[in-house]
Amino acid sequence: MANIPTQVRKSLERHGLSDEQLRTIFRTMLLQRQLDNRGFQLNRQGKVPFALGSEGHEALQAGAAMAFNRGKDILAPYYRDLGLSIGIGLTPYEIMLSIFARAADHNGGRQFPNHYSSKRAGLMSFSSILAAHIPHAVGAAYALKYRKEAGRAVLVTFGDGTTSEGEWHESMNFAAVHKLPIVFLCENNQWAISTPLSLQMGQPNIYKRAEGYGMPGEQFDGFDPLATYDACSRAMERARNGGGPTLLEGVCYRFLAHSTDDNDLTYRTREDVSERRKDDPVPRFENLLVESGIMTGEQVAAMKQDVLHETNEATDKAEAMPFPTADDLYKHVYEGAWEPWQ
Amino acid sequence: MAVATSSSQVLNNVEAVRATLYEALKNDDKVVILGEDVGSRGNVFLITKDFVKEFGTERIIDTPIAEASIVGIAVGMAMEGLRPIAEIQFADFIYPSFNQIVGEAAKTRYRSNGEYTCPMVIRTPYGGGVRGALSHSVSVEALFYHVPGLKIVVPSFPADVKGLLNAAIDDPDPVLFLEHKKTYRLIKGEVPDGHYVIPIGKADVKKEGSQLSVVSYGLYVHWALEAANQLENEGMSVEVIDLRSVRPMDRTAILQSVRKTRKLLIIHEDNKFGGIGAEISAMVAEEALFDLDAPIRRLAAPDVPAMGYAMPLEEAYMSSPAKMADAMREMVKF
Repeated sequence: MANIPTQVRKSLERHGLSDEQLRTIFRTMLLQRQLDNRGFQLNRQGKVPFALGSEGHEALQAGAAMAFNRGKDILAPYYRDLGLSIGIGLTPYEIMLSIFARAADHNGGRQFPNHYSSKRAGLMSFSSILAAHIPHAVGAAYALKYRKEAGRAVLVTFGDGTTSEGEWHESMNFAAVHKLPIVFLCENNQWAISTPLSLQMGQPNIYKRAEGYGMPGEQFDGFDPLATYDACSRAMERARNGGGPTLLEGVCYRFLAHSTDDNDLTYRTREDVSERRKDDPVPRFENLLVESGIMTGEQVAAMKQDVLHETNEATDKAEAMPFPTADDLYKHVYEGAWEPWQ
Repeated sequence: MAVATSSSQVLNNVEAVRATLYEALKNDDKVVILGEDVGSRGNVFLITKDFVKEFGTERIIDTPIAEASIVGIAVGMAMEGLRPIAEIQFADFIYPSFNQIVGEAAKTRYRSNGEYTCPMVIRTPYGGGVRGALSHSVSVEALFYHVPGLKIVVPSFPADVKGLLNAAIDDPDPVLFLEHKKTYRLIKGEVPDGHYVIPIGKADVKKEGSQLSVVSYGLYVHWALEAANQLENEGMSVEVIDLRSVRPMDRTAILQSVRKTRKLLIIHEDNKFGGIGAEISAMVAEEALFDLDAPIRRLAAPDVPAMGYAMPLEEAYMSSPAKMADAMREMVKF
């Protein structure tokens, strides 16, 4: 597998980030993992029918979220972007409303978990159909450019498997033709449910395709939140300032099965996963912060407690909320009341 | 024969579409047009001729040949506040964008519980009778009319084209706007000046009659009128209803007419199986079976993939005023 080697950083490269921002990145990573695991736990308890995991994506998503300008930029994510979504402003309570499919969820309990939507956060609604959201992101970027809204950009994310879809290609091509303010961020976790990268593409370095479209491409270690931040912030800044689109590829790994309905032991071994677990980005970043004196061991422990507490609170609060009712099924088909026969 | 007056002008359907798009671009800078060859070529039927000179390449967007993203990018524009009018060069090319229309545009409002919406128009020329062969002649309405969240408009007269296209552009939800390409230059009519809207979902009685209700849309409305006029000379009275919209559909107009004439003939160019006529038949059977004096009849294309390029194949697929007149006579005499 043609991955860039994961390297444990000897020293901290801040890329201009403050201590506070470094701690925020770490907290987002911890919160993502806690909420992610909570979804699986609730499924095993029989409380929710389905959950999607994102373990292994924490560094990539927290780093990318730090490069996102809240209130200005637009995010067009996909269903594994729990950490990115909380990193740009969704609350744990909103995540749990989605997992529990409650009426107060942004989608009113209509969509699968992890299919967020929030105008407040600038997070575009999307479906489960892979790559279908990428032209939407391009359309939004076109609107920003058309309205001459300099200083704003769109961040669109997807997995490695999605790069096989026609709409991925069409979107990259259109964005390059029009030099749109958009960053295409591939979260390459090596697996598309059970299909490995080697059966998905002949050129395993996804970022290299950028040249074919006429845009810059860059690959980075997706287990490193600071390398991620560095690449994303440069690309987003270029997009915001009229420099056009970029294709980024963060190489990470999917530690969990695709979803609670998937048994990954049918296509990979426990050893495959445990080998990659050795590079787990969460303890790796924790060690870096402690060794660099950004956080003490006690502060890390307190933060973990705080994240657990916040997750528990969000879980209880969301679970206590009501489901949508049967009447809600008929709402928002079109604007206003609706009958197919007039 | 259409006559221009001080408050109207005579346009064909191409000119009606063009004039309406022009006004929309003039009145609202959120309106953009995107599609294949809509810029310097001015669309293959010259509907957008010279628009790019006046409105610029940012608003009249010549896209790469990529139908899925023509619609998909329009969806994103609409979600972000623009009013895109996407063009699919021929309806036959709409299939690659099927998911973007059915899975995305039609479900944006619903899946986000009303938080995001998708106000956009997808215009496309459809229909046969022009030697368009397999891939420049299809009717696509039945593929989409099953889909809640979409509206589908099929106007046949220039004045309806204008009023319904204005309604489609103003609509807060996605509208598929089907233009029968044989009517483009064949059909002329008076079009009122100024901005006006015809509500989507309202049919129009194009000819009143008492012995048979004919429900149709598209090119076949014109042929049905020709046949009905011929029958009038033979002393038979046929009512012709132009649906104008197939989703939503005007139940009130259909039932009112059927309860008056007590006979229903549905005519469409699309094939019969699972077509628009099937839904109308079922609705009338549910609502007005005991008001009928004859079985409902559908005159529609045979169940083959498409009309062929060779003239006999096209003629065998298409109906004609003569075939329609035959069906009408049988129904009236039943």
